[in-house]
Parts: sequence; structure tokens; C-alpha cells
Amino acid sequence: MTAGLRSVRGVAHAPGRLTRLLILGGVGLVFAVPILAMIEFTLRRGLVGGYDFQRWIELFQNGLTGEYAPVLVALGNSVGLAVGTVVIVLVLLVPTMLLVHIRFPRLRRTLEIVCILPISIPAIVLVVGLAPVFSVLARFAGSGVWTLAFAYGITVLPFAYRAIHANLDGVDVRTLSEAARTLGAGWASVLVRVLVPNLRRGILAGAFIAVAVVLGEFTIASLLSRVNLQTALVVVSKNDPYSAVILSLLALFAAFLLLLAIGRLGTERRRPARTPTTLTPTTPTSGGDQS
Amino acid sequence: MPAAAFGLLPFAVYVLLFLALPTLIAVGTGFIGNDGGFTLDTVAALGDPVVLAAFGSSIWLSALTAIIGAVVGALVCYALLGARPDGALRSTVDSLSSVIAQFGGAMLAFAFTATIGIQGMVTLLLQERLGIDIFADGVWLYELPGLVLPYIYFQVPLMIITFMPALASLKSTWAEANATLGGSTRTYWLRIGLPVLAPSFLGGLLLLFANAFSSYATAATLTSQGAQIVPLQIRSALTSETMLGRENLAGALALGMILVMTVVMFGYSKLASRAARWQR
Repeated sequence: MTAGLRSVRGVAHAPGRLTRLLILGGVGLVFAVPILAMIEFTLRRGLVGGYDFQRWIELFQNGLTGEYAPVLVALGNSVGLAVGTVVIVLVLLVPTMLLVHIRFPRLRRTLEIVCILPISIPAIVLVVGLAPVFSVLARFAGSGVWTLAFAYGITVLPFAYRAIHANLDGVDVRTLSEAARTLGAGWASVLVRVLVPNLRRGILAGAFIAVAVVLGEFTIASLLSRVNLQTALVVVSKNDPYSAVILSLLALFAAFLLLLAIGRLGTERRRPARTPTTLTPTTPTSGGDQS
Repeated sequence: MPAAAFGLLPFAVYVLLFLALPTLIAVGTGFIGNDGGFTLDTVAALGDPVVLAAFGSSIWLSALTAIIGAVVGALVCYALLGARPDGALRSTVDSLSSVIAQFGGAMLAFAFTATIGIQGMVTLLLQERLGIDIFADGVWLYELPGLVLPYIYFQVPLMIITFMPALASLKSTWAEANATLGGSTRTYWLRIGLPVLAPSFLGGLLLLFANAFSSYATAATLTSQGAQIVPLQIRSALTSETMLGRENLAGALALGMILVMTVVMFGYSKLASRAARWQR
């Protein structure tokens, strides 16, 4: 924390040390209360009063079998869906973005509008129209949980698009692909061996965000009656609120670590961008900040 | 060229099937009557007092939490202004904000039940230490007022994520120019800082409104009965088939939501392009 605080002082628009401490401390404290309340809740010893780790120990001792098995299944479903959604991003979105960027620059604006559109369509609205689509889909693809990945691919579209787009702006894709073509590479090897490696940070960031969004998704799964991590936690909370809260805390912590990793990915971009091995134009940071 | 155009086909088909088609169905079913023909009856249900009240509550809740979230979020961004962008403080705040903003949902309902539920930590503390019973007039956590605190809890982090880039793009040269010309910190904020930031702040405010307006998971988990806001009305319309004696009411409600969202997001895109001018 102190490392972050010691920096640009004396600049007119930066706040003083005391002001900063008051704002961050105050807001931080208020935002910590619900998390602390969750922890306090899981440590309660029922009617006896007092605190211990009994519920945490019990959950881990019997958790992997018996009554919490559905949560594990649900976690498996969510992880599978996350993988499926990432595959959709990699197979459908990335090649399309590259193709539009290189061959159909006039369609760039259209692609952007299409990809950002899901932000303005609430999941609860989408689900009204998805219900009939999925009942048709069930006829020839079955009603397995994995089909939800098609819906999640749409939900993560804005996030994945922005992450990849920020990276795409800083790489001269056109020159790279023309150089590779001149040297005799086919389109497939241009894509896999030249473009994707150059865009790996954007693609990786997009994939991580997709995973975070899918693991946190509740609305669509719940209303299409599919089981994922979030809907299973809500079911558990009806019978055993303590375990539901423990599992939520663990999930929140895991998601925090995941997003911290994404953050690291974003800041790393700044330094190696200047090395001569990547064909980056002169302003390496301009695209990354808005993502 | 035309051969390459086929490469666009898979994505186009995917978007048509899972984005365009569901949206059209969602909005279109509102115009289909009980007999399967075209009708304006269902859409007329948007004028029903129950539905209007739900839209009123949704808009009230979204506006209130958007304003509080935007102000508190902007303050946090201001406090983070001097911190190094790749430092530990910034990256921790960034990650925490993303987790809460995107991952909250159902878990926030658990968190607030543990905090201000009937047996919640804060409820008991207030009762035992200060003798204050927050539920003296009845338990409000599972009704509309109970949604305000959880919503603010995910609005503030979203504001931090969206507003931070704008605040970070304030150039220190502007502050120096202001100082050179004899301006004070006060004139800097009044004449330069706030005017430059205004579009970003208002844009963030609208994004927060849209975020709260379309949010479902927290409300659905917290309130298992009743439908005080529009997303919960869509839930009851979807699960119980007939509400107010009309089929396809979910479609009409979806249409109403899309209309509100279109207005809000149009305003947002206008403000965002204005704000982008200063972020180069």
C-alpha cells in the first residue's frame, strides 16, 4: 500500500495525503462490513453463542461427498461453460475481428456496434427471447448445460471485444500479415503463427474476463432452469445458509485472485511493448488504458 | 474478396441466432395476443397501474443508487489520483472493484442478509449496544428499500472502473499551466478539471443507471416473493404464464425495458464520444 502512496505529490490536482486516507479509509471500511459480516456469520456457534471454525472444518471434511456433491457438479458445469465460452470467443470472435481489421476495414464500426450491443440488452430481456430459441435448440442438440455457452458467448461479447480491440490497436496487423504472406505463409499459418502470438495479451485478458463473467452468471441459467455455480449456491442457501456463505466467500476470493492476474497482465503490457521484437508503433500504451 | 467474405459468415450466423433473434422474439412477442394474432392489448398492459408502479420503482431505485454510486465512486477515483497506476494500491482496488461489480449477483444477497438481516451482524450490534431496532417498522430488507444498500455496493465499484481512466487522463501540464497563469487549486477544478470531466461523470452516471435497471440476480435472491421491480415482474410473467390475465406479458415488459435502455444508452454513447476528446 505504501508503495502506491509514494508518488506524484505537489501536482495541483492530486489530493493531499490526509484527504486520500479519509476517503479510501472511509469507503474501504464501509465496504468491508458485509464481507466481515459474512465471515462472522460462518463462525457463529448456533444457539450456544461464541465463535469457532466448526462449520468450515465440517464443510471440508464431508464437503467433497454427500450433501454438497451438487455444488461440485455445479462448479464443474460452470467451469465447463467457461471453457465453452472461451472457445466461442477464440473460434468465432477473434478470427472475425482480424478479418474485418485486415480485409474489410469499412465494417469495423458495424462490428463494434454489434459487439457492444449486449451491454444495452439486459440478460433478463435476452432470456425472454432465448427461451424459445433454446427449446428449438434442445430438439437437435439436447438440453445439456453446455448449450448455455452459446448464450454466454453473447453476454461476454462486449468485454472480450474491448480487451482484444485495445491490443489490436497497438499492433500493425496489416503489415504483419502482408509480410508473412510475402514470405509464403498461408492464411491459416498467418493467423496461428503470426497474428495470435502478437495479440496474446488481449486475447488472454478477454478470455479471463469471459471466465469471470461466466462463473458469476445467474440470470440466464436460473430462468432457463440450468444448474451452474450461482444457481446451486442459491439452492444450498435455502437449506444451509452457513455453507452457502462459506462457498460464496471462497468463490469471491478465487475471483479476486483471477482478476488480480488480469490486472497484472494489463500492466505488464507497458514495459515489453517497446522491445524491438514486436512490431509495435510508437504509442504502446494508448490502447490499453481504456480497456 | 468474396471468398474472404465467407469468413465472416460463422460469426454473423452466431450473432443472428443468439443475439438478434432472441431480442426480436423478446420484443416481438409483446405484440402477439392470446389467439396468436397481432394485437396491441399486451403492450397496453404497460399502462396497467401494477406495471407502471414496477417501472416507477425500478427507475427510482436505479436513479438513487446511480447518483450515490457515481458520487462515492468519483471520490474514490479522486483519492486514487496520486497513486501509481501499476502500484499495489491501484491494482488491488481495480481487482476488488471488478470482482464486486461483475461477480456480486446472488452473493450480495447472502452478504447483506448476514449484515442487516434479522440475525445480521450489524442488526444485532445496533440492537445490543445502542438499543436501535432497524426493523422496528417491519422487516424491509426483503422489499424495495432493502435493495438500495446491495445495489450501491455494486454501483460504486462499477463507477471506479469506468471513471478512473477519465480522471487519470487529466494532464499535469494543465495543472502547471493553471499555476503559471496564477490560478489556484480552486480555479483549476472549476475552470479545467470539472468541465473536462463532466461528460465522463454523466456518462458513468447513465451507465450505472442502466446497470441497476437491468440487474436481476441480487433482487431475485433477496426477494423470493413479490415483484416490486420490472426484472422481477418478468420473472413472475415467465414462471407463472399468466399475469394480469395476459399471455406474453414478459414480451411487453421486455419491450418496455428495451425502450428505457435505448434512451439511456443513446445518451451514454453521446457523452462517451464527447468525453473521448480529452482522453487522447
